[in-house]
Amino acid sequence: MKAISRTSSATAPSAEVTGARSFARTTRLLMAPAVIFLLIWMLVPLAMTIYYSFQQYNLVMPMYNGFAGLNNFAILLSDPTFWKSLANTLIIVGASLVITVSLGLMLALLFNRTFVGRGVARTLAVAPFFVMPVVTGLIWKNMLFHPVYGLFAWVARQLGLEPVDWLAHYPMLSVIIMITWEWTPFALLVLLTGLQSLPEDQIEAARLDGASAWQEFRHIVIPHLGQVLYVVVMLESIFFLTSFAEIYTTTSGGPGTATTNLPYYIFQTVFQQTDIGIASAAAIGAVILANIFAIMLIRFIAGNLNAGAAR
Amino acid sequence: MNSSRFTNGVMGVLAWIVALLIFFPILWLLLTAFKTEQQAFTVVPNFFFSPTLESFKTALAQGSGYWHYAWNSVLTAVASTVIGLALAVPAAYAMAFYPNKRTDFLLVWMVSTKFIPAVGVLIPIYLVYSAVGLLDNALGLTLLFTAMNLPIIVWMVYSYFRDIPKDIVEAADIDGASIMQTLFKVVLPLALPGLASTGLLALILAWNESFWSITMTDHSAATLAVYIASFKSAEGLFWAKMSAASVLAIAPIIVLGWFTQRQMVRGLTFGAVK
Repeated sequence: MKAISRTSSATAPSAEVTGARSFARTTRLLMAPAVIFLLIWMLVPLAMTIYYSFQQYNLVMPMYNGFAGLNNFAILLSDPTFWKSLANTLIIVGASLVITVSLGLMLALLFNRTFVGRGVARTLAVAPFFVMPVVTGLIWKNMLFHPVYGLFAWVARQLGLEPVDWLAHYPMLSVIIMITWEWTPFALLVLLTGLQSLPEDQIEAARLDGASAWQEFRHIVIPHLGQVLYVVVMLESIFFLTSFAEIYTTTSGGPGTATTNLPYYIFQTVFQQTDIGIASAAAIGAVILANIFAIMLIRFIAGNLNAGAAR
Repeated sequence: MNSSRFTNGVMGVLAWIVALLIFFPILWLLLTAFKTEQQAFTVVPNFFFSPTLESFKTALAQGSGYWHYAWNSVLTAVASTVIGLALAVPAAYAMAFYPNKRTDFLLVWMVSTKFIPAVGVLIPIYLVYSAVGLLDNALGLTLLFTAMNLPIIVWMVYSYFRDIPKDIVEAADIDGASIMQTLFKVVLPLALPGLASTGLLALILAWNESFWSITMTDHSAATLAVYIASFKSAEGLFWAKMSAASVLAIAPIIVLGWFTQRQMVRGLTFGAVK
């Protein structure tokens, strides 16, 4: 597009070249601040984390600091708490994914129907996604899960059951419930947006051909939603891998290490054991784990980008 | 026909029941905020009570420090959004209207930095911040929020710019407008609604952020998230006050969120779902 304006002044070739060069310089200048900012705040620290992971580096024992080779990784791999936190991370991601996506899909289909007050009901149903995770943790811990004063305990007593100390006896389930409460609305929101762009004519045609509701769902809705589901799964995985506030405000990773996930393990290693080297090694683990999902998602986004450019 | 109307009715009722169940914890928080501490902390929950503003008064009272944290939340969220937009608009403008062979790569690279988990960069940032005095500092936290949101902001602004017909920009170029004139006189006015919703999304994400606020601040730059998290060990002592403080912290965001649902989906899925 810029070519048009340039050819219009093509009578002076040398002017055109300098014009193009200054033009390229201008666009580069426009891009530079954002790129440099992200380099300084994301890539440089990431490189430093990799560097620290090969260093013996404890803030309270500076006399032993120095190159450690693969020692930090060896210590990490022989630490049962690390393995436990890795397992916990994967349990949180896996369980929350299955629940939020299936529940979100069911709710999206439900809220895609027309009924009285749909707008209001939908608005209420997506609200938890906008609640600060810190507040989510406190609502559930104090007002719902509390074994004596919580609402669940009261309901249990009304039903003649023994109240459950959720965070003490089912800590992992409790964490998953909180995350699910927060993120099912996200799945609902995205899937509903996807459903609303369903091709109406295809559904009409299928209905005229006598397709059952299940066939319609299986052969039209699911393929159309495939892309959307993929994005939801990848994004949620990346967010669930980094769950922190819900655990910090409720179980503090406990009891014991029952709900210590990778971010919480790193948090403890930095701020309680002040061991920079080992925490960095664990952080590298977290980055690798996130990358497995991120690479797939980024490929998808990049693919979309080219499709958009072709349009 | 009748049976389908019946199904519709049942499904409508079901949807409402589900919506109310999902919303219930927020409603319960809201109700608790209007109770006294005695009413809030009971074995048999008070569903019916005469509402009082007492807890809001204690939450907002001089000694509570609420305004200090609220100010930090507003400052960091607004400043990080403004800086984010100021960095993103020129970059997105160059990429959307003057692309070259590296544009796609740069855009995808910027987006990919969003997927580096915070713990992956936490340690060096913490150490550097403590060395240069940015720890527990509003500027330090603001810049972290900017870095956290910049990929999303760039992406969203880029996608809104792409929605602008290219002929308009070409016409301005042919009329001899400089690149910057075209940006300020032609592109920005057209993309204003998109920029506004991008800003709103960044504001919401920064306001709700807790990992960086908890790890990087202590008191002077602490936000509402940090303040509310400090109630985590208040075993039953200040439930009504905690609820009032929480309601004040989440209400504006829930309302803003309701208005920006669509942009939220577009931004968080990086345009894969519109």
